[in-house]
Amino acid sequence: MTATGPATVPVTAALALGDDALVLSHRLGEWAGHAPVLEEEVALANIALDLLGQARILLSMAGDEDELAYLREERAFRNLQLVEQPNGDFAHTIARQLYFSTYQQLLYAELAAGDGPFAPLAAKAVKEVAYHRDHAEQWTRRLGDGTETSHERMRHACAALWKFTGEMFQPIEGLETDWTGLDQRWQESVADVLSRATLPLPEGPRTGAWSAGAGRQGLHTEPFGRMLAEMQHLHRSHPGASW
Amino acid sequence: MATAAAQRTARTPADGAPDSVDTAAYQHAFDTAVAADERIEPRDWMPDAYRATLVRQIAQHAHSEIIGMQPEANWITRAPSLRRKAILMAKVQDEAGHGLYLYSAAETLGTGRDELLDKLHSGRQKYSSIFNYPTLTWADVGAIGWLVDGAAITNQVPLCRCSYGPYARAMVRICKEESFHQRQGYELLLALSKGTPAQHAMAQDAVNRWWWPSLMMFGPPDDASQHSAQSMEWKIKRHSNDELRQRFVDICVPQAESLGLTLPDPDLRWNEERGHHDFGPIDWTEFWEVLKGNGPCNEQRITQRRRAHDEGAWVREAAAAYAAKHTRGTGETAHETGETGAEQA
Repeated sequence: MTATGPATVPVTAALALGDDALVLSHRLGEWAGHAPVLEEEVALANIALDLLGQARILLSMAGDEDELAYLREERAFRNLQLVEQPNGDFAHTIARQLYFSTYQQLLYAELAAGDGPFAPLAAKAVKEVAYHRDHAEQWTRRLGDGTETSHERMRHACAALWKFTGEMFQPIEGLETDWTGLDQRWQESVADVLSRATLPLPEGPRTGAWSAGAGRQGLHTEPFGRMLAEMQHLHRSHPGASW
Repeated sequence: MATAAAQRTARTPADGAPDSVDTAAYQHAFDTAVAADERIEPRDWMPDAYRATLVRQIAQHAHSEIIGMQPEANWITRAPSLRRKAILMAKVQDEAGHGLYLYSAAETLGTGRDELLDKLHSGRQKYSSIFNYPTLTWADVGAIGWLVDGAAITNQVPLCRCSYGPYARAMVRICKEESFHQRQGYELLLALSKGTPAQHAMAQDAVNRWWWPSLMMFGPPDDASQHSAQSMEWKIKRHSNDELRQRFVDICVPQAESLGLTLPDPDLRWNEERGHHDFGPIDWTEFWEVLKGNGPCNEQRITQRRRAHDEGAWVREAAAAYAAKHTRGTGETAHETGETGAEQA
């Protein structure tokens, strides 16, 4: 029995949401010392920390946080392919943040309003995520409606990540949600932000033949294995040690 | 706050430099305020050399926070547990925040952050030489917390009483967070020291590599320190380099014992007569070499810093262009009124 009471924690859902937060947090952590302006060193680390906090709670609902983070292999991770994408330039990082934080806020607002096992976590996290979303929207507008160069970079980043956005609305076992409605609201919100940022809504498929629901099934993109190698190597080098 | 008397006499007139008679009166008011342990504030008159010394010291302090993010950020993606990863990320974030406080404090002296960063990037201003050493293992993160932050705190606590108000107030905030980091570093090393034999060896190796560079953080010996006497007279500094270094050694010895680790100095022993620990000679050749740019990571650190700045230029330009279009107060955007950022600029 779990700490949340008689309802069993839906492990698949805890891993899916936990892995999203863990992997995106890791990617944002890679920015430390590389950000374009000092205020963004603070902001990106802040967002990374919020996500890591969420990941730790979610993974702990499914088992031991460190075993789950450090001892699973690539095929056992359930995160979206979107969050594992390399940081790229600042525009790619912001586009990834825009797509994901919009999704996360819409989903967590629903979870917080329900009475399922994720409601307490979602109620706390949704406040953090509102800040992440605001940060991403503001930067999308600054870059989209900034200079010609920044407009072009932001347009390219939004287009490049577009094919990973359909996966977010594949149903997750254990979460009762109107996924189609969620997708619709996500599309409306993103279209609105992009239009205010003077950016076109990307065209083309939002899932590929390979990618529909892929990350959720443990099918990842190539950069992910390398990311895990770096993340896990020290922990794996000292089996059974405590830190 | 400066005294009422000092404030009456010591404000620099907005329309230019005071004449020599006034200067003598201003200098007297300044000296009186410093002697009475009062705080000098941004709008108070101060000697040019005092201003220049503070700009140099605060800027280099700010640069050290920013460059100091690198050796620790080097381990964020490899931290061995999620708890340690969260602690490390929070610490590196705090350092960026400290850099921001300190640049703000420096700006009260009439300089700008861009100008200071430019001096850092072009090598005209320095940062603490300790950050030119590499973090080779996870234990280095603990050694930096315990020893490097410990040395920084020993240096910085007296700065909370520094004669320049904005710097002193920044130090109060920074020291609180630094002591927290230092305890976390100690606790990290303790976990390793009491862990597996491999973890213990990793901790000992890190302490062996960071001990002497940490002692060098207090600066050259008193007889070779060019700014010390004047800084102490101005109450920017309160203690000499060697006094602070001795204080640090005396604090560390019992801590090393309770960590179950040794300090790499065969000459280290208690001196009953002095009531202090004696310790071996510092390799000042290494110190000066690192300071001159020949340390193990000088080139790497400044290159990464410059690259982050250069590669971020388009982002800062975008933010400025966006602000120019959207801060016209009426809610009307430049696009809507048909103007471009270039025309407004």
